[in-house]
Amino acid sequence: MGYKIYREKFADLFHELRASYEIYAPITKKDKGMYSDTDLITYDKVESFTEIVFDKKTFFSPKEIVFPIRQTLFYFTEDSVLEPTKLEKDIVIFARACDINSFRSLDAIFLQNGPYEDPYYKKLRQRVKFILLPCDGFENCYCACLGTNITDNYSAYVDVRDDAVYCKVKDAYWKGLWSKYGEESEVEPRYVSKNENTLEIPQKINNSIFEHQMWSEYTNRCTGCGRCTVVCPTCTCFTIQDIRYDDNSKCGERRRVWASCQIDGFTEMAGGHGYRHKQGERTRFRVLHKISDFKKRFGFQMCVGCGRCEDACQEYISLKNCIHKISEIMAEEEKV
Amino acid sequence: MIRNPYMPQEAEILKIFQETDIDYTFRLKTDLKVKSGQFLEVSIPRIGEAPISVSDFGDGYLDLTIRKVGRVTQALHNLQPGDKFFIRGPYGNGFPIDKLKDRRLIVAAGGTGLAPVKSLINQYYNDSLEIKSLQLLAGFKSPGDILFSSELEKWSKKFPVEITVDRGSENWKGRVGLVTKLVADLDISEVENTMVIVVGPPLMMKFTTQEFVKKKISIGNIYLSFERKMSCGIGKCGHCKIDDTYVCLEGPVFEYSKAIQLLD
Repeated sequence: MGYKIYREKFADLFHELRASYEIYAPITKKDKGMYSDTDLITYDKVESFTEIVFDKKTFFSPKEIVFPIRQTLFYFTEDSVLEPTKLEKDIVIFARACDINSFRSLDAIFLQNGPYEDPYYKKLRQRVKFILLPCDGFENCYCACLGTNITDNYSAYVDVRDDAVYCKVKDAYWKGLWSKYGEESEVEPRYVSKNENTLEIPQKINNSIFEHQMWSEYTNRCTGCGRCTVVCPTCTCFTIQDIRYDDNSKCGERRRVWASCQIDGFTEMAGGHGYRHKQGERTRFRVLHKISDFKKRFGFQMCVGCGRCEDACQEYISLKNCIHKISEIMAEEEKV
Repeated sequence: MIRNPYMPQEAEILKIFQETDIDYTFRLKTDLKVKSGQFLEVSIPRIGEAPISVSDFGDGYLDLTIRKVGRVTQALHNLQPGDKFFIRGPYGNGFPIDKLKDRRLIVAAGGTGLAPVKSLINQYYNDSLEIKSLQLLAGFKSPGDILFSSELEKWSKKFPVEITVDRGSENWKGRVGLVTKLVADLDISEVENTMVIVVGPPLMMKFTTQEFVKKKISIGNIYLSFERKMSCGIGKCGHCKIDDTYVCLEGPVFEYSKAIQLLD
């Protein structure tokens, strides 16, 4: 069902929604950007509709809402192991199609991979409803090449234009709320149909790519800072670590914290042995995971084409250029 | 509440056996059902968690042979019988017992790589592993690094056990050299009916496996056990991923034909 709701009315609707949900959306954090005097556009909990930024891509993805940067698994006291029990409200996330689609990858790892569901992820994930935002594409995006430009997985769609908000509500539970504030109207989501960047993902990548000299360029350029994996909406690696509290060393907790295949120590075992010491090898590992390894395991591409890894890279390393090179090399091999 | 796979269980230390200066075997009281080649996540609250392979098991107990090399293992070595630590698992596939049935088996182990195969060897020793024959090749850095000395002695009375060390010492009368040399010197009868298990440090596994291939053992008859950094053991943390494979789920034991496809 579609609705047209005037801005002031939508603010009221939002207020009512906020009574039942924690709402996350793109917002501006003043002067917190990557360079001096720049703002950071990122996901955070929002209090009012006017805080939401509708016309910019967020630097970080929404993944930390369901997969926090640091998450307590257990609290330890002297003689007990306790699971965190805090109960929260349900969650609403305002997101574009690519970001909603990125949750498929998170679900695949946390809910499908291996014999167990991850209970910490599931507890947060099952509380999430999405409000889809329209998108006209941004710099470095290539979602249309991956099919992640569209989605059906949303409870409502919200498009703010001029003095009104045009909505489509799919969630039956929400229809009453929307109809209270708006008049019925024909609304269909607006998606990017073509990005400025087009890209062909190679269908088959031979193991010959492992030895290819293309990676040496990344060994020279990549500094191993891990930003690409931190901003990626589909990177899910973590390390489990224990801490003891300073004020009472008999108490502490077991946590998981985000880990990155680009940063030293990712594969290092006790005794010092590890794998993939060169940054080029780590770039190869990351890129092949995004466009090949994951798909072999789960049947769909991990990369959603949001371009955040490129936006964040201080060395201007471009995933789409890298994918393009791999395509060319594979096409060349086909000919031979 | 969904079952929490990260929740560890407390287990009491029944006995501690010193193997070398830095390797100790902890015998734990537990009813966990494990298979040879599987591993556990072992932890001490407030210190951390680490994947450790099961070195042996029996009625109501299992053994973990642990080298003092990291934060968690250091802390474990401060514990005494009667103390407790935490375990969860078992994880991983273990050795393919059904594929070994009625075959000749050669096990090549390097250093602490002997730990994950120890239970398999003991099953053969106790006549509960249905294989035609067993031969063990074990390599250690030095005579002081030899693990399970009394077992090796016991085993050698029942089946061929060859031990070599990288560096000898004054009193060492045995062989000096790499495990690869032991393989090169083998005279393998019934090549097609022979299965091989190789466990040890990465380079040892690489060259030892190549040596077996030179001996005309089919790559489908060779099994390797991988060692990787792992945080979860259940396919979530991503540390052990190689290509589309998770070592904690599909491994740590791989047929060599698969292992050669797993490039780091």
